[in-house]
Amino acid sequence: MADKFKVATTSLAGCFGCHMSFLDIDERMIELAKHVEFDRSPITDIEHCSPCDIGLIEGGVCNSENVHVLREFRKNCKILVAVGACAINGGLPAMRNHIPLEECLNESYIDGIGVENGQIPNDPELPLLLDKVHPIHEIVKVDYYLPGCPPSADVFWAFLSDLIAGKEPSLPYDLVHFD
Amino acid sequence: MSQTITIDGKEIPFSEGQTIMDAAIAADIYIPHLCHNPDYTPHGSCKLCTVKVNGRNCSACTFPATEGQEIQNQSDELEKDRKRITQMLFVEGNHFCPSCEKTGNCQLQGVAYYLDMHDNHFPHFFANREVDSSHPEILIDHNRCIFCNLCVRASQEKDHKNVFAISGRGINKRLIINSISGQLKDSDIAIDDCAAHICPTGAILIKRTGYQVPIGERIYDKQKIDAVALAKENKDHG
Repeated sequence: MADKFKVATTSLAGCFGCHMSFLDIDERMIELAKHVEFDRSPITDIEHCSPCDIGLIEGGVCNSENVHVLREFRKNCKILVAVGACAINGGLPAMRNHIPLEECLNESYIDGIGVENGQIPNDPELPLLLDKVHPIHEIVKVDYYLPGCPPSADVFWAFLSDLIAGKEPSLPYDLVHFD
Repeated sequence: MSQTITIDGKEIPFSEGQTIMDAAIAADIYIPHLCHNPDYTPHGSCKLCTVKVNGRNCSACTFPATEGQEIQNQSDELEKDRKRITQMLFVEGNHFCPSCEKTGNCQLQGVAYYLDMHDNHFPHFFANREVDSSHPEILIDHNRCIFCNLCVRASQEKDHKNVFAISGRGINKRLIINSISGQLKDSDIAIDDCAAHICPTGAILIKRTGYQVPIGERIYDKQKIDAVALAKENKDHG
């Protein structure tokens, strides 16, 4: 069907909890599939975004690859959505922001309990860490925010149902949570 | 003859010496607020209770009610201002709700939910703030302090102890503790003090009590802050 909404999703500095919560819409996925087809997403394994209607971004931005992926989504998605606490304010990964990056790396790879012959990973294939974890709205324009850690399945359902119906999305009080 | 003010077109009575906030609470009208608690001297610092009085912005918690005032409490402009103020409070500190024991019972969160705030709009400060866990029963997480001054007032006015103060200005503003070491354990605070229980956010917490009520079943998970605040403040002062 040519008129299906194209949706892309990704997890940046997130835990995939928001994606798991999205899958919690359970059998409503069958109804959703009538209106939506997935482009780049962990659900499809498509590696790069083509032009889409909706991009759902889980997680904040903690490394150089996150920046590139986020920009690819912004370039291709008409509507970009920050999904969950980490995309909105950096979330738990951003709790490292007041600790110098070198100290974080040393703690994990050099001085941590049980580390032997430690070394800080330096493979050219590994994306470089940013000195701070950033919410995505600090890097690209974001159109909508779905708060929660994670947003409940009902939040995804309410939001996507509104968009599919051509309505301005809104969340009732009981679906707005920061935890 | 009783005197009246008008809030959003509704005429309400007030008595001499009442602020606009006092009169509003008595008339069951909610004006969003965080630094205000009717048990303590008004402080007027959070600015969430900004209303238009005869066309000019004033803090309802400190502004005296006078005969015939025309007050606007609900408008698109005021709601937007209040949302921006709340967003500024969120980015100024480090408010990571999923990792905070106070989540669901937090008035900062309650106000954000009430204002339908989904994002923080501004770039985050990610300020470097400390946690003081020195006291055996009371924890201070400065990351969550919004400088509402309620603990300062509670300690002075109710506990008669003077445990807290706000020091510095602007970005250097911080909550300080009145003890030689600067740590809570060396202060006069006790677990039964009003100051230990007054914090509207998760900055001052009683240890080992945080998860007695599960997340999802807490105050603002179930009820909007306007109903919660009016029920409490009217019961105590109505």
